[in-house]
Amino acid sequence: MIHALDEAAGHLGLYIGQPLANARAMCPDLKVFDADVVADAKTLSDIADWCDRFTPLVALDPPHGLFLDITGCAHLFGGEAALLQTLVRALGRQGFAVSAAIAGTSICARTLTRQASGTIVADGGEAEAIDRFPVSALGAGEAITTGLRRAGLKSIGDVASRAPGEITARFGARFSTLLAHALGQGDAPISPRKPLPDYIVEKRFAEPIATDTMIAMTLSRLADTLIASMEKQGKGARRLEAAFFRTDGVVRAIVVETGRPVTRSAVIDRLFRERLDALADPLDPGFGFDMVRLSASRTEIVVQEQRDLDAHAHDNDELAALIDRIAARIGGKRVIVHLPEDTHIPEQAVLAAPAQHHLAAAMQAEWPVRTESEPPLRPLRLFEKPEPIKVPFATVPDGPPHQFTWRRALHAVVRVEGPERIAMEWWRQDGKQLTRDYFRIEDAEGLRFWIFRDGLYEGEVFDGDGSPASPGWYVHGLFA
Amino acid sequence: MSGARQSALATLRGQIERIETAEVVHEHGRVALGHGEIDSVLKGGLARAAIHEVFCEGRQAAAATGFVMGLAGRVSARRPLLWVRQDFSEVETGALSMSGLAELGLDPRRVVTVRAADVESALRTSADALACDALGAVVLELWGETRQFDLVASRKLTLAAQGSGVTGLMLRMAAQPLPSTAETRWMLRAAHSPPGAAWSAWGAPRFDAELLRNRHGQCGRWIMEWNCDECQFSEPSTYPQPVAAAPAHRPDPAISWQRRAG
Repeated sequence: MIHALDEAAGHLGLYIGQPLANARAMCPDLKVFDADVVADAKTLSDIADWCDRFTPLVALDPPHGLFLDITGCAHLFGGEAALLQTLVRALGRQGFAVSAAIAGTSICARTLTRQASGTIVADGGEAEAIDRFPVSALGAGEAITTGLRRAGLKSIGDVASRAPGEITARFGARFSTLLAHALGQGDAPISPRKPLPDYIVEKRFAEPIATDTMIAMTLSRLADTLIASMEKQGKGARRLEAAFFRTDGVVRAIVVETGRPVTRSAVIDRLFRERLDALADPLDPGFGFDMVRLSASRTEIVVQEQRDLDAHAHDNDELAALIDRIAARIGGKRVIVHLPEDTHIPEQAVLAAPAQHHLAAAMQAEWPVRTESEPPLRPLRLFEKPEPIKVPFATVPDGPPHQFTWRRALHAVVRVEGPERIAMEWWRQDGKQLTRDYFRIEDAEGLRFWIFRDGLYEGEVFDGDGSPASPGWYVHGLFA
Repeated sequence: MSGARQSALATLRGQIERIETAEVVHEHGRVALGHGEIDSVLKGGLARAAIHEVFCEGRQAAAATGFVMGLAGRVSARRPLLWVRQDFSEVETGALSMSGLAELGLDPRRVVTVRAADVESALRTSADALACDALGAVVLELWGETRQFDLVASRKLTLAAQGSGVTGLMLRMAAQPLPSTAETRWMLRAAHSPPGAAWSAWGAPRFDAELLRNRHGQCGRWIMEWNCDECQFSEPSTYPQPVAAAPAHRPDPAISWQRRAG
């Protein structure tokens, strides 16, 4: 089946959706390439990235359309006509066949691109501009288009001349809404690919920049401007995105998140330096960047505090800044704080949470109080997955082992304390788990282990034919 | 030679001297560990604003961790603690458990953990962290021999620690000591619980600590106990004490080396 075709093939009478055999019959020397839907989508998304330079509001209209909301942006590029020309030319140079149009509503503009590329329709002129086009230009789907044609409604003007009630009754409310939007009566908002950042600053270069020094300088200047505009409204940035637009159309975005709202440009500067430094695939300037954009996509109101006298608050700020720097370099998930969880199961008793977001909570967390004058009852090092040990025998079935083999080394048990029985939480639905009996153990060398027997004797563990089996032993942690 | 030039030279000399001799250490003071003999050998306690190394064999990792946590608890004085560790060490010897830390009498709220993927990023993160004066201590946990932690890396860390006053503790598991700029270097093993009745309380962290290097004093080997209630080290309570106190500057190896089977 034909997925897409070029202009010459269109002139020969081939059409999209035609079986390939029929097309070959009409045109024996047809050149055929396999369709790659994924690559097409990727290319469309890359083009959308590139279009970010015109407006932050770019929406995908699959399979091969893009909506750009250029409200308030056109004057930056010398007006609507100039913007349209720049866009079409730049994409044309890259080898894309582009049809583009500007209109008051997105649907009207899309209809125009299918019939009259390059048109710019002023507000209010939508209905007039499209009424002579065939109904297929609306893009309403095969069934509706055929239905309209059968009803004798050839052009959009024909359809528009009927009462809306009739159209809705015959073709459904969705089509009548689409038609209304195409005619400029009401508009559906486009859904941009990225949320609109709160603050954007950008710098364009007549001569593309490529050196690290220039990039760093540009970033720090942009940071100054960004901070200045945020400061006026008492905001600080929590999430910053730097987008580098390469001359050949590739766009690279780098995101930095912070635990506290940033209000100093030096901090932004440093975070990006760390991030750029640590990139696994470094920023490749190619033939240079012709635009750099810095945007604050998440901001927060900054509470101004009296900090000078309170050394503790200063320390906390410093710590948060350090965490941000480390997180910028090695990733936010790798810097963690610990929060207590209300459970008896040892491996779930502590929750590791990203430090950037949970630092304050962790500093005020309530940990269980330890019993005075008792030795530690929980190990200092805990294995994420308990490691199986070989226990030859235990004198009493419920008792501790006399010796065990862990990691191919034999340990003779010298001192034992236990069992401490920890039953699994039956109210949770994550499979049947066995009751554990924990023992604190010291071996002949003085090493202290936390081992447990997984399951009760003759109660919980059974082998294949239903008779009781001996439960397994595991080492779960090591005491200091 | 002009006076200005001479004074510039003198300043430079002074700077070099400070870097070389690490005398800055004394500005930040020392923290007593609680073990009398060790404190006297260390001239009052563990030096702040310096690097201390703790080595151990692979299977002694938990004991060494306990010792390092004890040192960190002593020097950090209620300030945050940054624990930098390599992904690999968690597989080998388990993750640092915050419940276990709380059981040692230390505060898990002040611990921030950094999970570094490799040695380079762990080293770089520690150097950064050591320069941040809001921290009490930085612990760098590395497993196995590493080429990256050489004299240059060690010097970098020392300079950062001296600049900020933060103490750096290197926990080197399953590794052999290499030349470094550390203030002290320890070799840690677990020690037996004191002998006693089967029902008596046992299991308080007990270390067989060997001081291999001490820039400002003698070395030696002692049994230390961590007192979870008072958050400090102490002499092993139930071990027989030497009849006469060993001279502080020259610990008698015959006394401090002895170990009793449990």
